[in-house]
Amino acid sequence: MARARQRLSRLLRLLSSSRRRVLVVLVVAVLLIGAVGSFAALTAQPTVRKLALTVPVGAGADGKPVALDTTLFFPPAGERAPAVVLAHGFGGSKDDEQADAVSLARHGYVVLTYSARGFGSSTGQISLDSRYEVQDAQRLVDLLGRRPEVRSDAPGDPRVGFAGESYGGALSLLVAGVDRRVDAIVPSITWNDLGQSLFPQFATSGGASSTPAQVVGQGAGVFKRLWAGLFFGAGSEPQGAVPTPCGRFAAQLCAAYESAAGTGRPNPTIRRLLRESNPASVAGQITAPTLLIQGETDSLFPLSEADANARAIAGNGTPVKVVWYAGGHDGGSAEAARRRDLTTGWFDHYLRRDGSPPDTRFEVTKVAAGLSTTDSTAASTVVSADGYPGLTGHRAVGTKTVQLNGSAQTIVSPAGGDPAEITALPGLGSVLGLVGGGPGSLPGQDAQFDSPVLTGTVALVGAPSVDVRISSSTGNATLFAKLYDVSADGRESSLPQQLASPLRLEGLPTLGRTVRIVLPAVAHDFPTGHRLRLVVSSTDQGYALPQDSRTYRIALAGARSVILPTVPLQATGGTRGPLIGGAGAGLLLLALAGLWLARRLRRAGAVAGVDAALADVPLVIGGLGKAYADGFRAVDDLSFRVERGQVVGLLGPNGAGKTTTMRMLLGLIRPTDGEIRVFGHRIGPGAPVLSRVGALVEGPGFLPHLSGRGNLLLYWRTTGRPIEAAHLEEALAIAGLGADIERKVRKYSHGMRQRLAIAQAMLGLPDLLVLDEPTDGLDPPQIREMRSVLRAYAEEGRTVLVSSHQLAEVEQTCTHCVVMHRGQLVAHGSVGDLVGAARSVALVVDDPARAAEVARRLGATDISISSAGLTLTLDGAPPAALVRALVEAGVAVDQLSPQRRLEQAFLSLVGSSQ
Amino acid sequence: MSALGGAEGYRPGRTLPLRVEARRQLMRRRTQLALGFLVLLPCLLAAAFKFGSGEPDNGAGPSLVDLATTGAGNFALFALFASTGFLLVVIVALFAGDTVAAEASWSSLRYLLAAPVPRSRLLRQKLLVALGYSGLALVLLPVASLLVGWLVFGWAPVRSPLGTSLGTAEAMLRLGIVVGYIAVGLLVVAALGFMIGVYTDAPLGAVGGAVLLVIVSNILDAVSALGGLRDFLPTHYQYAWLDALGTQVQWGAMARGALSSLVYSTVLLALTWWHFLRKDILC
Repeated sequence: MARARQRLSRLLRLLSSSRRRVLVVLVVAVLLIGAVGSFAALTAQPTVRKLALTVPVGAGADGKPVALDTTLFFPPAGERAPAVVLAHGFGGSKDDEQADAVSLARHGYVVLTYSARGFGSSTGQISLDSRYEVQDAQRLVDLLGRRPEVRSDAPGDPRVGFAGESYGGALSLLVAGVDRRVDAIVPSITWNDLGQSLFPQFATSGGASSTPAQVVGQGAGVFKRLWAGLFFGAGSEPQGAVPTPCGRFAAQLCAAYESAAGTGRPNPTIRRLLRESNPASVAGQITAPTLLIQGETDSLFPLSEADANARAIAGNGTPVKVVWYAGGHDGGSAEAARRRDLTTGWFDHYLRRDGSPPDTRFEVTKVAAGLSTTDSTAASTVVSADGYPGLTGHRAVGTKTVQLNGSAQTIVSPAGGDPAEITALPGLGSVLGLVGGGPGSLPGQDAQFDSPVLTGTVALVGAPSVDVRISSSTGNATLFAKLYDVSADGRESSLPQQLASPLRLEGLPTLGRTVRIVLPAVAHDFPTGHRLRLVVSSTDQGYALPQDSRTYRIALAGARSVILPTVPLQATGGTRGPLIGGAGAGLLLLALAGLWLARRLRRAGAVAGVDAALADVPLVIGGLGKAYADGFRAVDDLSFRVERGQVVGLLGPNGAGKTTTMRMLLGLIRPTDGEIRVFGHRIGPGAPVLSRVGALVEGPGFLPHLSGRGNLLLYWRTTGRPIEAAHLEEALAIAGLGADIERKVRKYSHGMRQRLAIAQAMLGLPDLLVLDEPTDGLDPPQIREMRSVLRAYAEEGRTVLVSSHQLAEVEQTCTHCVVMHRGQLVAHGSVGDLVGAARSVALVVDDPARAAEVARRLGATDISISSAGLTLTLDGAPPAALVRALVEAGVAVDQLSPQRRLEQAFLSLVGSSQ
Repeated sequence: MSALGGAEGYRPGRTLPLRVEARRQLMRRRTQLALGFLVLLPCLLAAAFKFGSGEPDNGAGPSLVDLATTGAGNFALFALFASTGFLLVVIVALFAGDTVAAEASWSSLRYLLAAPVPRSRLLRQKLLVALGYSGLALVLLPVASLLVGWLVFGWAPVRSPLGTSLGTAEAMLRLGIVVGYIAVGLLVVAALGFMIGVYTDAPLGAVGGAVLLVIVSNILDAVSALGGLRDFLPTHYQYAWLDALGTQVQWGAMARGALSSLVYSTVLLALTWWHFLRKDILC
């Protein structure tokens, strides 16, 4: 215990030096930076072994044999590892997955990438993830089951996961739906129902939804012309030199698509074919834990597709995690690193089973939720909830209802569908918001219904819904519903993620029909002071539009309000917030309590330090000592007393401890032993009795940019005492600086500053004046004047303590003297007594030799004879006795003068203590 | 004579009045220069925007720089954004770090303490005045920017890089929140400078040390390998006030930043007091 305390105090001492402190900080910073650097160096990338294989699989619809081009990536470590199959997107090849594959392999997985049939160097025809592609994937699982590098659950059953985006994502879902050997999947930005994705229908029959983005469309909707064209165009890329309309598509699929593209309506063949490609058909059988990553800016496979997959898979009791990220088919590849981490984390838990906690939180990226701290541009943040609302084991999504206003409006659908409004375009979604458009940009083509100004923020997470009554001049309607965020004055509006909900209605009665429209699913905060604006328009550039011209009548129906799903979402990592907050608040309280306690203790201490008996004694020092940390004792057992009216000289050579004593007297440094009392009050830092002490210690201290007078005034003001009590003019007279008092102290000479400092010490005519080497820098006439000033000061009943290392100074100025040497008291008394303790006399006589003999008989010492006379030291005997003896002995005494050999006296005092 | 044994008219609680300390600091050239520079800076910025001819670099959507010339409010926000990281840090470190250290270097500290100004009171008054001047600087910059921006670019609704715009009343409220948060956030810089000033008695060391530690904290904050540990860096939430410019004010990060700053400041100031009340004044 004692040792620990010792060590602690040593450490504190070590830290107390300022330079060392800065050094310590620097060293810590350098070490930290070094540690981070070496960490980066140590995690240098290990190499990954690759193996390209051509895998024969079953023939396609055309009966021709098919071979898949694959690559296996092996992790650096030799143990059997779980496997991951990475499936590429539509129009891509296995090469797209190379970077992800290497990253996963380094992380400890055997990774298989392959080009799907009809893509890259694989042969065969595209049949849109139908049974052919699914069987291919199963052959790959077979292959992995035979590889010795792959960990297996049972013979022929490898530990394997599937991941892929879009086309590859749907394949992951489909293979997991039919093959129980698949252990985990991460499908991204993919579909549940390809029919709904290509012929979207957002008019529903109504009914409550428990998940945020549920859409149960009634019948086929509007043909997604632009997207479908791109989708099929990518597959039609010719393999040979001569382009053909069908490219590598299976013939039946190609014919069906051509028909749909021509009419804008799905024929029975394409309906059947698309159904074969639907995860919807098998999702209910998936047992592999599924991480669904869907894009918020995706007009091809919107969030509602992932919602449908999640519901179906979770309905089977399978763990599902849903992530909505800031990207998708419309908007580039944002958050790539985060999605890669999410994928790896999912596989680590369910394939490698590394013991990490299962994470099925629902994560949402809020776009433009704040500003980037690096460049102040818009930045997104990730927020999350415990799980995807409405899935088994999680609460249903909450809702908020916002009233809409507006009477029925008639809008036009122009013949041929042009001009058409522009919302999202493939690959350009996020840019379009800046280009323009917006409600009312094509007059007469949209109906608008506004909410009142919002009184609180509405945080929408999911797909809102609204009841609208629609009638059409032809009985059929193709419409696009959107929910804008409009500023209060209506001048600025934005369409979250540029998404629109298409709907197609047939056989409408003349009076119209009420339908529930599900609006696009987004994560968007409608701020206080803004409005919601429902816009129903007749055209959209991205879709097949009716060729005839029509008019529609649109009116609010039902509750005339929009129902918005809401999910309580927290900032990720926010769970630590309360902890930090609690700790911080606790610390603050503790600090305040400490402060209060310290204050109380100090108050209590201040009252205890009064000794009434000494109330009239200017200064009593008792047993004073100051030892520094290094063991040096600057002052040791110093005791003396100063009475009123005395001018006391504190005498001693340099380093005797005079200044240290004065510093202790002023409360600047703490004594290690003993105490100092001024008028009975014990001195400590800031003792109030110090207001009765004026001081000059170790040179003047002034603000260089102020004048002499300015400095004195400012100093007096800091004491907080009334200006009348300062006696400023008297002090200025003592300083004797004349007109220079108005000049800046910076320009003063050493002596001028010294005089100003003495004047400052005398401000307020203190009862005890403490001056450290006051004559330092003064010229002889000024020194003489200073002497008389100090004597006169003491004669008024005040007390002066002057330190000096010059004996003459003390002897001529002081009434009393304290001699110090090496921190200790050597002598203390009146100047006369001290000088008398070793008194020399000079004699001018006619017979020095005889005089010396007489003197020796009287006990005189140190006798020295010169031609004019002699000097000697009388030890005890008065001079009169010597004169009488000399005269009696017949020696003629011409002159006797006291020879004050102060140097000698001082040296003898100091010397005796050695 | 007072009960505590002081001279006529002396009360410990009346020593070094704030007014006197404020005057003491105001008469210093460095105070005048620092405050003057904060008025000059908006003029320089306005001139730069007015006469500069470069095309705005539009990589990731508009930033506060791109919107600076929209109007007075945006100009003030940009001035604050540009100054938060360094300029305001230096000025606050100067005001807080130099106040005690300069007295020590002039040798006037011992005369203040022997006057006597109680040590705790000396620290308190000096800190309050330093914080006062820091606050003044912090208000001066946006006010000067608003005036200069108004003259040069006119008055217009504030546009946020998020695409929203704020009316005058709302914008002024947000600006107030921003300035308030920056003030609280800079508290830790003030406390740090104050502490180093009291510990080292070297004015330059105090200012330099505080700025150096802020820079080191910023560098460490850029090391993403430190992960969640960065939340505990004193400058981690330096720019959290940008959250006040969204469609709605988001308090989460600002609350954490304010708390972090307050906790660090409390610890640093407690250390300062602890040290100064025990220190032997040797200079």
